[in-house]
Order: sequence, then C-alpha cells, then structure tokens
Amino acid sequence: MKKIATGNKAVAEAIKQANPAVVAAYPITPQTEIVETIADYVTSGQLASRYIPVESEHSAMAACIGASVTGVRTFTATSSHGLLYMHEMTNWAAGARLPIVMANVNRALGPGWNIWAEHTDALQERDTGWLQVYVATVQEAYDATLMAFVIAEHNDVLLPVMVNLDGFSLSHIMQPLDTVEPGDFIPPLHLPHAIDPKNPTSYGGLTGPNDYFRFRWDIERSMRDSVKVIDATQKEFAKRFGRSYGFTDDYRCEDADVVLVSMGTFGKEAEVAIDILRKEGIKAGSMRLRWFRPFPHLDLAGKEIVVVDRDYSFGSGGILAHEIKAQTKKDVYSVIAGIGGQEVTYDDLADFVRKRRMGTEFWFGVNTNV
Amino acid sequence: MFEIRIHSRGGQGGVTAARLLAMAALHDGKYATACPFYGAERRGAPVVSFVRIDDHPIKVYSQIRDPDLVVVLDASVMDTIDVLNGLKKGGNVLINSAHKQEFAGFVTRNVDLTGIALRENLVVAGSPILNTPVLGALAKMGICSAGSVKKAIREMFSDERNVKAAEAAYKELIA
Repeated sequence: MKKIATGNKAVAEAIKQANPAVVAAYPITPQTEIVETIADYVTSGQLASRYIPVESEHSAMAACIGASVTGVRTFTATSSHGLLYMHEMTNWAAGARLPIVMANVNRALGPGWNIWAEHTDALQERDTGWLQVYVATVQEAYDATLMAFVIAEHNDVLLPVMVNLDGFSLSHIMQPLDTVEPGDFIPPLHLPHAIDPKNPTSYGGLTGPNDYFRFRWDIERSMRDSVKVIDATQKEFAKRFGRSYGFTDDYRCEDADVVLVSMGTFGKEAEVAIDILRKEGIKAGSMRLRWFRPFPHLDLAGKEIVVVDRDYSFGSGGILAHEIKAQTKKDVYSVIAGIGGQEVTYDDLADFVRKRRMGTEFWFGVNTNV
Repeated sequence: MFEIRIHSRGGQGGVTAARLLAMAALHDGKYATACPFYGAERRGAPVVSFVRIDDHPIKVYSQIRDPDLVVVLDASVMDTIDVLNGLKKGGNVLINSAHKQEFAGFVTRNVDLTGIALRENLVVAGSPILNTPVLGALAKMGICSAGSVKKAIREMFSDERNVKAAEAAYKELIA
C-alpha cells in the first residue's frame, strides 16, 4: 500500500513486519521516532515484541545480545553518541555471531553539539564485524531493513547488520512508501548456537590465542560469504516485490570518464548533478555505495574518481576515499562535505566534478585543497 | 518540479500541512516529498517546511532555494523573515490573512484561515488549526485536486470539521 512516511517510520513499519521477539532501545535524536513508533505498536498490540526501555545504549545492545543468544530475533536503533556508547557491545555482538539488526540514524559527534547528518558515527564501527548498508530513500530504508534480517540470520552469515540512514535529510523527510506483505521472505530464525537448557554449554569463556585466531578468521570467512547471501537476498526481494538493489546504485556510469562516489542521500542528489554535467558535455556518472561492509568490488577501471566523504579520519583522510584508493590502487579527488549536516546541493556536487584535482583533498566550505 | 516553502510558527501545523500536501499529491498520482527544516524548534518560533511535487521520482534532498510558491500561515513571521527570499519571478504567495496584500512582481492571494478555523471551532491548546484549511486553499490554486485533499485529511484526522474547514477555504479563496 502506498503512503507518505518518514525514513524513521519506514524502518518502524519494517520492524512491525519482521516481528522481532525483543526490541531494546534508548531514544536519541534523530532516531527517536523509530523507537517511539515501535513502542506504540507494542502497547497497541500491533506488534507482539517484548520492548525493553533500557537506561542506556550500552544496555540496549547488551539486552539484544542476551536475547539473541537464546535464538530469537532482536532489533535496536540508535544514532551518533548512542552508537559509540554501544561500541564495546557491538564488538561482542559480532564476535558472539548474533544476527542482531540495528538501524543507525547517521548523525555527527560532539562537541560542538550537533544533531545533523554525518557518517563518521557508523564508520567508527567499521572494524567490529557488523555488515553495514547505507540507504538513500524512505522506500530503501524500509526494504533494506526487511532484507537485513534475512541476511543477518542466514546460516552462512550469522553476523549483525546495521542499516544506516542520514539524520534528518532521510530520517525526517516524507516520501512515498510502498509496504509489502513479506510472507515467508524472512524465514524463521534457527540460531545453531542458541542456548539450550537440555544441552548446557559455556559462552564467552577465556579463549586461547589459537582458538581465538580461528574464531576471528571465521568472522572474516562469513563476511566474505555474506557477499553471495546479500546478492541472493536482493535478487529474491526484486523477484517478489519488484524493487532491485545492488551493492552500489550506479547512474550513467557505463560510458563515464569520471565517476562521483558517495553514500546516503548525496548519492541520490548526485544523479541530478550528473544530468547537469552531461548537458555540459562532461561524461560523468554517479556510484552510490550501498554496502560498506562487506566492501564490494567496484568497477571503476579507466575512470577518474571523485569521492565525497561525509566523514573524516583525522590525521588520515576521508574514510570512503581511503577504502576506494586501497581497492582501486588509484588516486582520487577526495571531497569532504556535508559534515555536521552542512548543506550540499546538486550544484555543489556538480562543481566537485568540474573542479576536480586528482590526488588532492578538498574541504567544501573551507575552500582549500590540502 | 513544483517547489513550495511553508512559513509558520512552531505548533501551528506547518509540518503537518506539508505532509498533507504530499499525501494529496500522491493521491493525484504524482511524486512528492515533504520535509521540515530542523533547527532549534520550539513553540512559537518561526519554522519552515518544504514540499516538492513532480511527475517523476524526486532525487533532491537539499533545501528549496527558489520556490514556485510561498505559503505564509502566520503573517507575523514577515516582521523578522523575508518570506519572498528566492521566490521565482512571478511566483505565487498565499497568506493567511483577512486582508488583501500585494508584493510587486509576485501573484499574492490571501484567505482568512484563522477565521475559518475559529468558525469551525478547530482549536487545539488555544491555537487555531491552520494545516487542514490551508489544503483547501491550495486545491483552489490547482496545486492538488480537491478530492485528494479530502482523502488526505480523512486519512490523518477523524474529525470531519477538518474537511469542512478545507471546503470553506476552497470557497473563500479568490483564485
């Protein structure tokens, strides 16, 4: 059914249909509407989940871990400082191989205190073993949340998945949303290592270097295996519900000389910039990276690359730019823009391409090439 | 693409008006996005929300810089805010006011939304509700159809006085 919904409401709608047994969450701007809506569903009887209103995000993730290890579906949502407060537990969730799904509404980190969009919060979680997908429309927030459960709970993955949406620019925008009847698209969860009182086992015990090393490799092996699971899940989703998603969302890239790579809502607005550039005779394309972990293979051979990072690693550079340089072994034009909710328009994005200087870094609004 | 900027004060329903307009446009078979500009909102402070309507999916997320239409739900915001900022040449202005207003170079219409809300007794916490009557005025201006406006209002509100207020504004606005 078509309706108008915010990105936050779209995530909550998907949760109603995914029907997790436990939702443990703590409200934080701009995520609040997700957990408020889920709490409403629970109190009004529309959702049979046990909703645990915890006292902190660290406890939210701990509660999800405790619930998930019993073999039931779990969900939480957070943002920014809330996500970083979870950080110890996000590592635990992945290491314990628990298919927890989380929505993270990307927001800048203080100080200065700032509630607007930035990706540095989620990117600081990149080495935890969580899969990460970044969405750009209300519809995609809904679709990706449904798919996140299928992927996380797949036997070849059994790793947590984080669905990322830009604070305010996606969490609070109202766009058309077409909800589906998922039916058996999300199969029941069978966690092979779930607690079983009839078969007592110890969890989280001291692990020597040799076993620990094997456990770590097993996370990486599953991360690599997740590529085909993501691919199959997205194909199955397209078959059932008619909407196709890839690891990237490519726009006019085939014959492009220069490709603008970004994540989140910039990646959609970039398509408008590409149309403007094409009219000027600049053969440009846009590649919106959806999956950041596992980091996909990017087909950028023979093209100049402009990367827009809505994040930064101090003393190093744009995080996405580094990932792309490492994979392509090529110089890029690295643009740092949109941090802390900085307004970036399609005209600005087009300008980044027009004024590219490969091998340099440009801070939009500061106007110096580093 | 048709771009609308709505000026109001926190608590007057500008964001809900934007949402209702997007819903009505969707019922008309169009694509629409609505978004509030979020700053440090509080009741009574001037706030802005945006609506985009198009025949194609809308890919723009940045703020509207040069709207086709400016809606002013509370004329007193004009004391401190230049509501005409960026408005396209010959663009439209809709003001909630019982008095006719003119702005050189723009097409200005007025309708007494506050009076309509008070007549219909649409008052919440002491504030007249403006977000449903304004939809009637927008329908009269051809931004969306009257049928879709009623459908959108009924989806969000069970109180039929909201529909009556929209109908009154439709009737009273001189298109």
